[in-house]
Amino acid sequence: MEYEIVIGLETHVQLKTRSKMWCGCVNQFGGEPNTHVCPVCLGFPGVLPVANEEALRLTVLTGMLLNCGLPKRAKFDRKNYFYPDASKNYQITQYDLPSTLKGCVEFESENKTCRVGITRAHLEEDVGKSSHFDRVSGVDFNRAGVPLLEIVSEPEITSVQMASDYLNELKTILIYGGISDCDMEKGMVRCDLNLSTRPVGQKELGKKVEIKNMNSFSGARKALTYEMNRQIKVLRNGGALIQETRRWDDAEGMTHSMRSKEMAHDYRYLPEPDLMPFEPETAWYDSIRESVVELPLARKRRYMKDYGLPPKDTETLVSNPSLAGYFEKAAEHSKKPKAVANLILNNLRACMSESNHSVDDLKIQPTHIHELVQLVDSGKINSRIAQEVFNAVYESGKSPQGIVEEKGLAQVSDSSTIDAFCDEVIKANPKSVEDFQAGKQNALNFLKGQVMRLSKGKANPALVGQVLEKRILNP
Amino acid sequence: MDKSIHAFLSINKQGVLDQAEKADREIAEKGLSADRPLLGIPIAIKDVLAEKGAPLTCGSRLLRDFVSPYDATVVTQLKNAGALTFGRLNMDEFAMGSSTENSSVGPTCNPWDYSRIPGGSSGGSAASVVADECIASLGSDTGGSIRQPASLCGCVGLKPTYGRVSRYGLVAFASSLDQVGCNTKTVSDAATMLGVISGYDKRDSTSVPRSVPEYSAALQSSIKGMKIGLPKEYFVEGMQPEVASSIRQAVEKLEELGAEIVEVSLPHTEYAVACYYIIATAEASTNLARFDGIRYGYRVDGKNPFELYCATRGSGFGEEVKRRIILGTYVLSSGYYDAYYLKAQKVRSLIAGDFTKVFETVDALVTPTSPTTAWKLGEKMDDPLQMYLSDVCTLSSNLAGNCGISIPCGFTDNPTLPIGLQLLGPPFSEETLLKIAGDFEQATDWHCRKPVINNAGA
Ligand SMILES: [Zn+2]
Repeated sequence: MEYEIVIGLETHVQLKTRSKMWCGCVNQFGGEPNTHVCPVCLGFPGVLPVANEEALRLTVLTGMLLNCGLPKRAKFDRKNYFYPDASKNYQITQYDLPSTLKGCVEFESENKTCRVGITRAHLEEDVGKSSHFDRVSGVDFNRAGVPLLEIVSEPEITSVQMASDYLNELKTILIYGGISDCDMEKGMVRCDLNLSTRPVGQKELGKKVEIKNMNSFSGARKALTYEMNRQIKVLRNGGALIQETRRWDDAEGMTHSMRSKEMAHDYRYLPEPDLMPFEPETAWYDSIRESVVELPLARKRRYMKDYGLPPKDTETLVSNPSLAGYFEKAAEHSKKPKAVANLILNNLRACMSESNHSVDDLKIQPTHIHELVQLVDSGKINSRIAQEVFNAVYESGKSPQGIVEEKGLAQVSDSSTIDAFCDEVIKANPKSVEDFQAGKQNALNFLKGQVMRLSKGKANPALVGQVLEKRILNP
Repeated sequence: MDKSIHAFLSINKQGVLDQAEKADREIAEKGLSADRPLLGIPIAIKDVLAEKGAPLTCGSRLLRDFVSPYDATVVTQLKNAGALTFGRLNMDEFAMGSSTENSSVGPTCNPWDYSRIPGGSSGGSAASVVADECIASLGSDTGGSIRQPASLCGCVGLKPTYGRVSRYGLVAFASSLDQVGCNTKTVSDAATMLGVISGYDKRDSTSVPRSVPEYSAALQSSIKGMKIGLPKEYFVEGMQPEVASSIRQAVEKLEELGAEIVEVSLPHTEYAVACYYIIATAEASTNLARFDGIRYGYRVDGKNPFELYCATRGSGFGEEVKRRIILGTYVLSSGYYDAYYLKAQKVRSLIAGDFTKVFETVDALVTPTSPTTAWKLGEKMDDPLQMYLSDVCTLSSNLAGNCGISIPCGFTDNPTLPIGLQLLGPPFSEETLLKIAGDFEQATDWHCRKPVINNAGA
């Protein structure tokens, strides 16, 4: 029998706010343990939460980016469970009235356009981080109370690749919207997933198995692959699956059963009495709508259509929004957007990774890229010199035109000068001339190279080729 | 001092002397000013309100060594008004109780009879004022915790409207019911205290952005022509006859003063106790979850977090607190939530609706504060239900979020024990209540009677 899998994902994303969700502590990764804390986020007796408005704004903005409905009334609830990393032993979250509901994400996967439903995106708070030492354990509450968005997908993902593409698209959307930096290394994005397996053709879903504890997207991918194979194997061998929660062990590359359905937590949800239900006015929503940005998929399609870029190049650009923004500025007035893209994707990216610069650090401006492409296009410099000019502009931030003039790098197309270079090379290399006359094409390339060297690279290579050929073959 | 009453859990002797000296200097240099209405006045604080550098035990073993790193908003307001904050007052553990017997360090005694309870949970707050151990005190009222001890000890107890006074720094028992208020010797003092502690606080999202009136000015006008309702449901079966007759006389006095008295009905009153104990315990069960021995407070170690929790909470909390946490956990459990918590919320709306309706026709309500006078220590300790019923007249107004005040209105003869009159008003009608209470106080001398305090020991 053939089996198919169905995957649903719960993605947790730390919001990019200055302060934490309920207090004024800084929302910042790292720091000595328990230094970004106060009575509120430590759950001291008597403190009260005050909702961070920027976090509420980013939640609604996410809803808009994910095509969600925005209920008029939202509220917070307490999710009760005891764990040392929870400073109040309840987490404030949104249970039955979340800020956003029912949306979707559109993305490309395996050469198809896919759409996955979003059940909800709701706001909650992050918890502290436990560490276990030789004989004791510790909890760092710097992360406790950081605003966290939980984005729940419908169980509509049908392959591991699709899950992976969904996650990447979601991440790019959130970076685009300025919702989160989505830095995986800093734990800003985490996901839980659920996977069920059923025979192909069966309508109802198989037993839902939830998997926790993946700390990277690649971990999620591995866990999904492992779990898919495990479930299919159980079914193939005539076994039955149970509804349960399993824990991914990254080192072992396996999932282990954590608890069955019967052992599931009873979170005893309760409306948060310390916070008023949230019923914003239309004007507030309107002001957020102004921050809605173009989604990556739309941008990709636009780049392909307007700039004629190949899919691979657009993907690379689109996945890096700041680079894409840089590209758009450079390509805005260019007749050769493809050449602009090439310079950015090849030269610029290489220089950036070598010097560890981000787009914001760059001395070379988008207009410089445009100008450089124009210089090549108009024949003012050749493409080899363009590399040299690029490097000089990258280092100095001076204009390409300025560099060309300063270093005398303009291409030499003047025929008498080129004639003179060619004559000199022909005279000095009789053997190669003979070889070329005998039909060896390589010999011409060698002679060409000699002329270029003589001209310090400035000679127009196309002209050089023509002149050499003419002089040797029709002396 | 305080040996026979045991109203205080801790006193900051040096601190208060320093504060007093500063206040003296300020008075000598600048004189008294309207923006420092409590300058140099000693105010004691129920041990459930955070005061920086002071113990914050909530009458619990779990917080016996806990010192607050911050000030509650009301404490900041007191300090800004010039008050001397010098001592922490006894209470039922985490404000759960009606007799102060649930304090982990032993009960406070009623200043009128040391063998009797002072009421609760703010027993220390009322007893300290009556025993002249302070001028006024702060307390908290979740179901009557300020008003009932005021009634049983014989002083003024004011529970402001929910949202009138910031709860920031008040260790929560039941967040949607808790409100900070005061015990004072006179109605005029209550007006002054309320003026100091009222106001919107951005740290408390449930506080209401509404201007603070000049409460003391309300005392100037008369109650002539006011309509006061007498809710028939509040004259419960089992009410002590002396209480009933004192209230009757008080009502006659109000009539004499020019108020019109009409009988009214609050038909859902009989469900209030049940409704209250579901909502209050549900909220308490999550509010008290943070006391786990991990970050602060008392800890009994265990092999793993679960064992640590069990050992810490098992030995750190008292009987009544555990009873309420268990009850609250139960009513929130899946499968029971709808039948208990959700149902109770619906009943709560009905109870609030009763008040809204009644307040369309009357300015305020007059009721007994407590159906009985102070009972003997230990008398109701084995019967939690009897204890819960002692709050029958007060807890509805917490469910509705109204304001209320208790003032002395009589005494029993033998033994001499105070009786309290409760006035209830719609949200933000504190001025009306103060006006009625003030007029009544002017016309009677119940508030002038004082117990003889013998500090040689009970
Ligand atoms: Zn904090």
